[in-house]
Amino acid sequence: MNAFKRRAFLKFSASAAALSAGGCASTLRSRGRVVVLGGGFGGATAAKYLRLWDPSIEVVLVEREPEFVSCPISNLVLAGFTGMQDISRGYGALRRYGVQVVQDEALAVDAAKRTVRLARGGEISYDRLVLSPGVDFIFSELQGYEGAMQAGRVLHAWKAGGQTVALRRSLEQMPDGGVVAISIPLAPFRCPPGPYERASVIAAYFKQAKPRAKVLVLDANPDLVSKASLFKTAWKDLYAGIIEYRPNSRAIGVDGATRTVKLELDDVKADVLNVLPPQRAGDIAVKAGLLTSNNRWCDVDWRTMESKAVKGIHVLGDATLSAPAMPKSASMANNHAKIAAAAIVDLLNGREPTPFKILNTCYSFVSRDEAIRVSSVHEWEPGQGTLIAVKGSGGVSAARSAAEGTYAWNWAKTIWADALS
Amino acid sequence: MMLRLLFAAVLACAMPLAGAQDSSSRNLAATCAICHGTGGQAATKDLATLAGMPRDHLASQLRDFRDGKRPATVMHQIAKGYTDAQIEQLAAWFAALKR
Repeated sequence: MNAFKRRAFLKFSASAAALSAGGCASTLRSRGRVVVLGGGFGGATAAKYLRLWDPSIEVVLVEREPEFVSCPISNLVLAGFTGMQDISRGYGALRRYGVQVVQDEALAVDAAKRTVRLARGGEISYDRLVLSPGVDFIFSELQGYEGAMQAGRVLHAWKAGGQTVALRRSLEQMPDGGVVAISIPLAPFRCPPGPYERASVIAAYFKQAKPRAKVLVLDANPDLVSKASLFKTAWKDLYAGIIEYRPNSRAIGVDGATRTVKLELDDVKADVLNVLPPQRAGDIAVKAGLLTSNNRWCDVDWRTMESKAVKGIHVLGDATLSAPAMPKSASMANNHAKIAAAAIVDLLNGREPTPFKILNTCYSFVSRDEAIRVSSVHEWEPGQGTLIAVKGSGGVSAARSAAEGTYAWNWAKTIWADALS
Repeated sequence: MMLRLLFAAVLACAMPLAGAQDSSSRNLAATCAICHGTGGQAATKDLATLAGMPRDHLASQLRDFRDGKRPATVMHQIAKGYTDAQIEQLAAWFAALKR
């Protein structure tokens, strides 16, 4: 932007702000400041909707990464069916809504003083805090994992980014006839159908580029934890002899030097190790004292997303202790964000929040073009004090199809835009 | 860029005003945005823009999805989660938004 254009832009921004303030806010006084930690599907959506629904609220979004990289669709990057640039988006557009986007890392939360300490930006105070920290990994449950990961001998690629690129490179370099082992922890974990989608699309890549290569799925669970029948049908129809599935195979360690996954009963060697460690709420949730369940997840009031452990802090997305039949998915994080945004607007305006009805839709690719889907609708049930799946609603795809594949891409582009555009 | 800024400013104005009158419809409709876009404005050409859709048309489509009269890939399963009253609420909300 040259100097003149920049001036014109600033002038216009100022007039847009004036229009916004004069046109709709009954008062120019801020109703309070909300700090949002984490700019993923939950946090970015919350920041945008808070400003949409009450522009008198000051919203600061703190995100440590320079851009958003989507976990949904990232398995297609591993298969070479799309690129990192296609699943990445900037945070710039959120500024149009008046969200202050700060690239920084939250180190600590003081819930009594209502402040967050940032790595670079000092302390910032809040009236309400929104935590959307995603997951972090419990490396201690896998002996040798961290060392092997630092040596580049094992990858999780369960947060889209550098590890996604590295796993794609490993798969490209793997010889035809090689084996990639995908190890899955006990549920619950981020994106229940994700590991099976990953196995499917890597198999699709092998079928075309390395026909003698194999995908070995080592699942700690007794069966696929999501869309089991649809995945199994796809594997039988499309990838017989390529995907081998072993249930009840919980990893307990990794030997990077010999590229071995240690299971409870035996050891499995492979050419590429993709071991997904057990997961819990992200580190900042631990530091803020929000873990309530199994020392892993954050229990919330599903009418407001407010933590049951610490008042004034709302927790979104994968970090929450899921309500019954609710997956840790991007669609759910998006909806959690809207519950929290509506509740915070109500609370800061002295109104009682009202319960929300939300829906989930998750697509999984089983080949380059074909996808399968699961959907559900969840509503507040006062007797049980939680969100429950509405009887008779929801379900899975009748069969895999290219139509669902098209809708999967449309869903992704739309939910990215709903969070960031 | 300017048009988009203006759009954002107008949007930021329109939604909370309407929302103050009827946050329950606003909240019910917000969940649709994961596929149909923020404020019912489709983000891709393959999905319906719900904003500005005639109220009776949208309500009857949702009922037809729910009752199995209109085939669908996903909407038949989603529509079953909503009551007649909620379908009317959604239809009225989206009909009142500018396309």
